[in-house]
This record gives sequence, C-alpha cells and structure tokens, in this order.
Amino acid sequence: MSTAQEAHPVSVRGLAKKYGDTFAVRDLSLDIHRGEVFALLGPNGAGKTTTVDILTGVRRRTGGDVRVLGRDPAEDPREWRARIGVVPQSTGAYVDLNVREVVAHFAAMYPAPLPVDQVLDMVGLGKHHAASALSLSGGQQRRLDVAVGVIGDPELIFLDEPTTGLDPVARREAWDLVRWFADRGRTTVLTTHYLDEAEELAQRAGVVVGGRLVECGTPAELGGRDTTPATVTFRRCERLADRALPHGLPGSTRAEESGGLVTLRTPAPMGVLEVLLPWAHEVGVQELAELRVHRPTLEEIYLDLIAREAAACH
Amino acid sequence: MSLTKDNRLRGETAEPPGEAVGPPVVARPHRAPGLLRASAARSSVELKAFFRNKQSLVFTLFFPVILLVVFGSIFSGKVEGTDTDFRQVFMAGVVAAGVMSTAFSGLAISVAIERDNGTVRRLALTPMPKAAYFLGKLARVVVTTVLETVLLIGIAVVAFDLPLPSTPGRWLTLAWCITLGTAACALAGVAYSAVIPNSRSASAIVTPVFMVLQFISGVFFPFHQLPLWMQNTAALFPVKWMAQGFRSVFLPDSFTAVEPAGSWELGRIALVLALWAVGGLVATVLTFGWRGPRVR
Repeated sequence: MSTAQEAHPVSVRGLAKKYGDTFAVRDLSLDIHRGEVFALLGPNGAGKTTTVDILTGVRRRTGGDVRVLGRDPAEDPREWRARIGVVPQSTGAYVDLNVREVVAHFAAMYPAPLPVDQVLDMVGLGKHHAASALSLSGGQQRRLDVAVGVIGDPELIFLDEPTTGLDPVARREAWDLVRWFADRGRTTVLTTHYLDEAEELAQRAGVVVGGRLVECGTPAELGGRDTTPATVTFRRCERLADRALPHGLPGSTRAEESGGLVTLRTPAPMGVLEVLLPWAHEVGVQELAELRVHRPTLEEIYLDLIAREAAACH
Repeated sequence: MSLTKDNRLRGETAEPPGEAVGPPVVARPHRAPGLLRASAARSSVELKAFFRNKQSLVFTLFFPVILLVVFGSIFSGKVEGTDTDFRQVFMAGVVAAGVMSTAFSGLAISVAIERDNGTVRRLALTPMPKAAYFLGKLARVVVTTVLETVLLIGIAVVAFDLPLPSTPGRWLTLAWCITLGTAACALAGVAYSAVIPNSRSASAIVTPVFMVLQFISGVFFPFHQLPLWMQNTAALFPVKWMAQGFRSVFLPDSFTAVEPAGSWELGRIALVLALWAVGGLVATVLTFGWRGPRVR
C-alpha cells in the first residue's frame, strides 16, 4: 500500500482543516493517479480551494497525511515547487509590465521552463504579448494567470477554476491546454463549477460537500450515474389517448403520467422502445410525439448528490 | 476521453529542444535556477515597474526635488551663531530626506501594494528563492537612491551654490552615510509595510511618518534650534543622523559649534544607522508574510 501510495502524485489520508470550531475539510482521503486529469467538484464553500491550498503548500492542515510528489507540501522545498504549477483562483495584478514580460519573469524562476512565446500562443495571448498586463480583459487576465502557472512545465498542475470568466472559445482553448499537458504525461488537478468541463477533460472526478469527499469515480459512473435509470418520454396523441400502456415493458420500468406526457423510468431504454414502438404502430401512429430517451447528465447526478448531502446534514 | 492528435494545439510543433511529447520524462533536472538568475529577473521587474509608474516617479523621486527647489528658493540668511548659509544646511538635510523617500517610503509602499494585489503570494508559489524578492527590492532602492542623491546634490550644486565635498574623507563619509542610511531606511520600510493593511492606505500611512521625521530631524529648521524633547525624539530615528552625516560632508567644520555634541559624531551616526538596519532586518524576518494576512 505504502509504495503504491508513493507512486501517486497526490495522496491524501484523513485530511482535516479546522478554522476555529468549524471544519472546512474533514477526513478527506484521495489518490490522484499519474497522468490523469482529476476534477474536484463541489458547491461554493465546500472546501475545494482549501484542499487545493493545502496540497500546494499555501495553507497548513490541521490533521491527516498529505503527500504531493512524494513530499509534504508544508515543507515547501524549492525543488518540489519547481515541479508543480499552480493557477490559483485569484492571482496578482501584474502592474506596469506587459504580457510577455510577466510570463518571461516567471519563466526565470524555473529550471526548465517552456518557451515563453509558445505558452503565450497556447493560452491565446500571442497577439497581445506587448499589451500592458493591466489593460487585459477579465478573460485575458485569466489566460495570463494560466500561462504563469504552467510556464515551468510542471509535472503536476493545480488549476483552481481556470475557466471562470472565459468566453466559450477561450474555454475550449484552455481545455486544449489541459489536454496538451495530459499528452505529455503530466497530472492535472482541476476544480471547476462547469460539469461539462469535468466531463470533457477529467478521467476521474471527486465531489466535495461540506468538507468531505462524498463521491469519487469516472464522470460516467459518478453518483451511480451508470446504473441510474434512463427516462423515455413521449406525449399521447389522440389515437393513443385512452390506450393502456403496453404489457411486456422491462421488469423494473416505472411509468408516470401527467397531462398526457408519459415518463417511463427504466434501466433498459432499448427494451422499452422495442415494446413501445409496435404498440404505437398497431393503432397507426408512425411517430410518437415528443419521443425522447434521456440519460442523466453529470449535472443532474451532481445536483442530486448535493441535494442528498444537504438533506443528510439537516 | 480520447487524446488524439487533433486535440493538440498549434504550439505542439514548437517543442522545446530535448523534450519529447508523450511519456513523462522521469529524470528531469529539478534544481531550480539559482539566486542570481531569480534576483536578476526580480531586479529587472522592479526597475521597470518603478520607472514606468508615474505615481512612484512623482511621489518618491521628485517630491524631495520639489522640496529642494521650493524651500531652497524661500530660505535665506545665515544660521545664528555660525557663518553658514542656512540654505546649505537645508540642502544637506534634504539629501537625507531623499534617501528616506526612496528607501523607506518607496519600499514600504511598493511592498504593501504587492502584498495587497497578490504579487507576493503568487511569487511564493514559484521556486523563486525568497531572498531574490528582497535582492530585487535592494536593486530598486540602490538605483533610485543613487539617482535621487545625484539629482538633489546636482541641483543643489548648480542652482543653489552648494559646495561639493572638499576632501576625499568627506566623499567617503558621503558614501557610507548613503549606504548605511539606505540600509536602515530600506529594512525599516519593509518591516513597516507589515502594518499597512491595503494598497489604498499605503501612502496615507507612510507619508506622515516621512513628513514628521523630516520636521523633527532638522531638515527644515536648524536642528539645534528645535526644542530639546524634539531633538531627543528625533535622535531615536535615522533621519536626524543621516542629516547630521550629510552636514559633515557639505558644511565647514566650524558648524560643529552648534551641533548638539559639538562635533559631527560620525561614529555614533554609523552606530545608530547600523542598529536600525539590524532592527529592521530582524523585524522583517519576524513579520514578513508571504501568504497574505488571511491565510492560516
């Protein structure tokens, strides 16, 4: 166990952080695997940033064991700093410097930085390299934060809400950047409020609520998403108005009706359709109105998880 | 998720030399660049920031110059009991004020701003040796203080007939007075920045200290004419001693007749300034926060 634990870039056991009498994080355990993009999800104030701050050596923990690239972040050794890249939620205003000067300045702190112009191109600031850093828009400022965070070509990257404030195009550019580092075998820890972002980028995701890790898994299976029933919905037309639902629907299918809208919850949507379509054809209906097969999105699963946790706390 | 070539960026063709895309490079050299390179980078940023920022140029660099020109044009007459033009006494004092302006005020304000706007916190997330930050500040202070001193002495000599130091010994005194004075003021400035809560209040918290010390340290009035309690208070701070040192550089030795101790007290000047430097250094080490005030 201990050697396997060493091999993980991030290994957390029983992490606790207390402010006064309240726990911001409690008993949080987590392994982040080499080369993966791991998304840390959770509502505001759940303890995501506190956790990232502890992992990056910015805050001290109250309890538990934390290893980041084999070291205790509280020790904050320089060689260790050189191997991690951090894009904090809020960063400095780079006063009186232009974009290129800012990135070149941070590059000088690292042993093997990426070429400055390459990183500026990657974050989409190539055209703005001579612009004053203070004159940038909010989204451009955020890209500059990202450039500064990754200029050292880190093995392990912490991105705390990197795409907040970015427009959709810029968000996708930021995603490309994350994938580019993943392609280089680097590990990324990403906190985000955008579930599509987590689904798009992350191999695994963890959900933090009330300072505890309540779920951890691939976006496809998070919160039992892969086993959560899909729904098949359609609207009854005139010909189907009084027709009883067909027999032979897969065993665990549950039906609800409201105002002519039929909702069938089922673990086997294809089985439902196999029965449903002949049933409609028999009375001459060729197309079922508003027919839809819906699998739960990550967002629905996530909101459901948060609601359940909130209910459990009260 | 599949990671295909299509996901790559346009930047990917320009790989840094010796680095391959794909498998992680296991044995990378992890030694962070030395103090020298990081300090050079910090110094360059410090100087660019100083000279590009109109506020710091006007308030830090030109304020003492304005004082010099305005009061130099107002003051006249001899200092009572001496044969020395009061203007020259003032010129010597204003050089001390200049050192305090660039070293103490300039530094305290810039550190407060950088702590408030997150620069200090951001730098702490890099492998930068912590000393590089202070060496960068040192470069800023040395360059701006030398520039300030040259400006003030230059204007005083050209426009107000201040005689240049007459002996090599006096030049030497000028050099060590500036050096020790700068060290004392700079370290006190960094330490003092700890009490400044945000960048908006920085000037308001720094400037009164600067102004009051100038008044009680004999910059605007002959020191020996000040009330005794004021003299004693001023003697606890570096400006009085710097001003006295600069008087020893620019004024005739006969002026010692009205100095409090009847002599220039060069040894004591060096001692007090050195003590301030050490005290400022200790206070800085004890109080300097890299993570910001709210981080625990």
